[in-house]
Amino acid sequence: MATARSDLTETLAGIALFADVGAAELQSIAHIVEERRYAEGERIIRQGISGSAFYIILEGEAAIRVSGKDYGTLGRGEFFGEISALLGEPPIADIVALHILRCAIVAGPDLEGFMLAHPTVLYRMLKAEARKLQKATSWRT
Amino acid sequence: MVVVGSGPGGLQLSYSLGRAGVPHAVISADPSPGGMFRKWPFFQRLLSWTKPYAPEARGTRYYERYDWNSLIGEEDRLRALQPGLMDGSSYFPARAEMEQNLATFAREGGVAVRYGCRWTGTRRDGDAFVLETSDGEYRCRVPVFAFGISQPWKPDIPGMDAVPHYADTRAPETYAGKRILIIGKEVSAFELANGFLPWAKQIVLASPRPVALSVVTRSLVGVRARYVQPYEDHVLGGGVVLVNASIDGVDRTPSGFRVRTSRSDGGGALIFEVDDVIATTGFTPPLGDLPELGVPVAGRERIPSQTAMFESIGVPNLYFAGTATRGAPGLKKHGLPSSSGAVHGHRYNARILARHIAQKYFGVDPARPVLKADEVLSYVLREVTRAPELWHQKSYLSRTILIDPVRGIIDDGILPLQLFVDSGGTDGVAAAVEANPAGELYPAIYVRRNNVVTEHLLPSNPLLDFETAEHRKQLADALKPLGL
Repeated sequence: MATARSDLTETLAGIALFADVGAAELQSIAHIVEERRYAEGERIIRQGISGSAFYIILEGEAAIRVSGKDYGTLGRGEFFGEISALLGEPPIADIVALHILRCAIVAGPDLEGFMLAHPTVLYRMLKAEARKLQKATSWRT
Repeated sequence: MVVVGSGPGGLQLSYSLGRAGVPHAVISADPSPGGMFRKWPFFQRLLSWTKPYAPEARGTRYYERYDWNSLIGEEDRLRALQPGLMDGSSYFPARAEMEQNLATFAREGGVAVRYGCRWTGTRRDGDAFVLETSDGEYRCRVPVFAFGISQPWKPDIPGMDAVPHYADTRAPETYAGKRILIIGKEVSAFELANGFLPWAKQIVLASPRPVALSVVTRSLVGVRARYVQPYEDHVLGGGVVLVNASIDGVDRTPSGFRVRTSRSDGGGALIFEVDDVIATTGFTPPLGDLPELGVPVAGRERIPSQTAMFESIGVPNLYFAGTATRGAPGLKKHGLPSSSGAVHGHRYNARILARHIAQKYFGVDPARPVLKADEVLSYVLREVTRAPELWHQKSYLSRTILIDPVRGIIDDGILPLQLFVDSGGTDGVAAAVEANPAGELYPAIYVRRNNVVTEHLLPSNPLLDFETAEHRKQLADALKPLGL
């Protein structure tokens, strides 16, 4: 009988997005999210293709690619796909694994319920979004 | 090449490899074909239906949409075996009927298996793999593991060692008058709870995640309708209890077990004193030493992560077939999974893998018929309306048509949709059937032109008939850039 413990709960505990989540809630999140590993070069979300999800990078790096041109990379603890999932619109960029990439995934239709059930995660997401917005508008000041 | 396993995945792959003329060996630790269906489901009837009477004629390709359990043979005598072996009492075959279906396919399809031969280890020798077995070593360029998700798995929780797994469930009458706590709220938990309804004094189902029902998720995710009765008992206050709680520990007591839990919905600690505990915490693939060989795995179930063509993402030339092909999730649009965890899904994966192996390693090119330009619209619409591969593997498999500069319009067959969407290459079209969270089912057309893929979602239809004038018009518009 195999009793190997999944290390997903422990991995999630080390991600900033989940820093304020208690142990039992974190275990529940580990049961809800899907864990997936992507091959080097594999697309995780696809520009213009509907039905994607919310992804949190647990290990590895991914490129942000629009019409074949790279616009930066994402690493451990960063997340993507939330804008497409929240708006119900296809992503405006590809996200491509630069080497084997491990992600935790919340399916698009489950994202609203996930955020409402875990407000501390939602708060951390909002802070990260605020930082992105601040960076994108910093030229104004 | 060598195939490990004689469940439906191994049998389908071996048969299809044989049809393609690929020499291979099949080894299996079991004494006979059937894989997990030799033992389970515990309550002896499947979750996958076969309709003996269906809108399509039995034995045709289109009939496969209504028969989830037969393997796919090319000869008439191998087609639609399952409905001929059922007694009419249910459209879910009994476990023994399924086992007979698989054994008949293996025998009549000429699938040769070395039974009683256990794979014990794997090593590399240059470009080759050496599979160590209880019956000597097998050397091959391409191993395919069709070993199922068949090894009982329990989480590492204090006291869990003393808790029987689903696989160790006793005869139902031995639970007469008992309080039973089932750890888990997935299909196997509800299968047991349903079977215990006439016997148990009380049934508690406990796990962190709330229950999901397939009729609500509109997919194979969640408890299937066949086992929903304990849920109805619960919501009507009949005595079945569902608790969302993480299990902190299980202690033995003089009369049974004490299960300590923390409610994951914020209700604090809950302790249960029960006569019996059963862990329906799932199964994992019997990976053996594959992780040490460099095979990455993911998720609680530790399923090997695969490319769209079922190859390990960490070890080239090492493949998977059967339920393990869940490790190639595809696009998973709107979070809806493939059906690769069931026979009606992975039987097509195996056929695609056989074609790929024949082509890549043995130089056997598949038949790729030429289509006339004026046939394409009708052909695509007929496929999205009737093709079993597209209906069973939604957003996952597609009918792929390529515009070859030399040969013209080529029917490239049924292939993983992800391959078409993510690989550059010849201009063409891939047609799939898809579903959205609202439960609508509709054709999805992917057009690849100059290595850019565009998505066109066609409308749904109350009768699921996509051969209407409106569908024809919208498809024609989508295909216009290809000159079709």
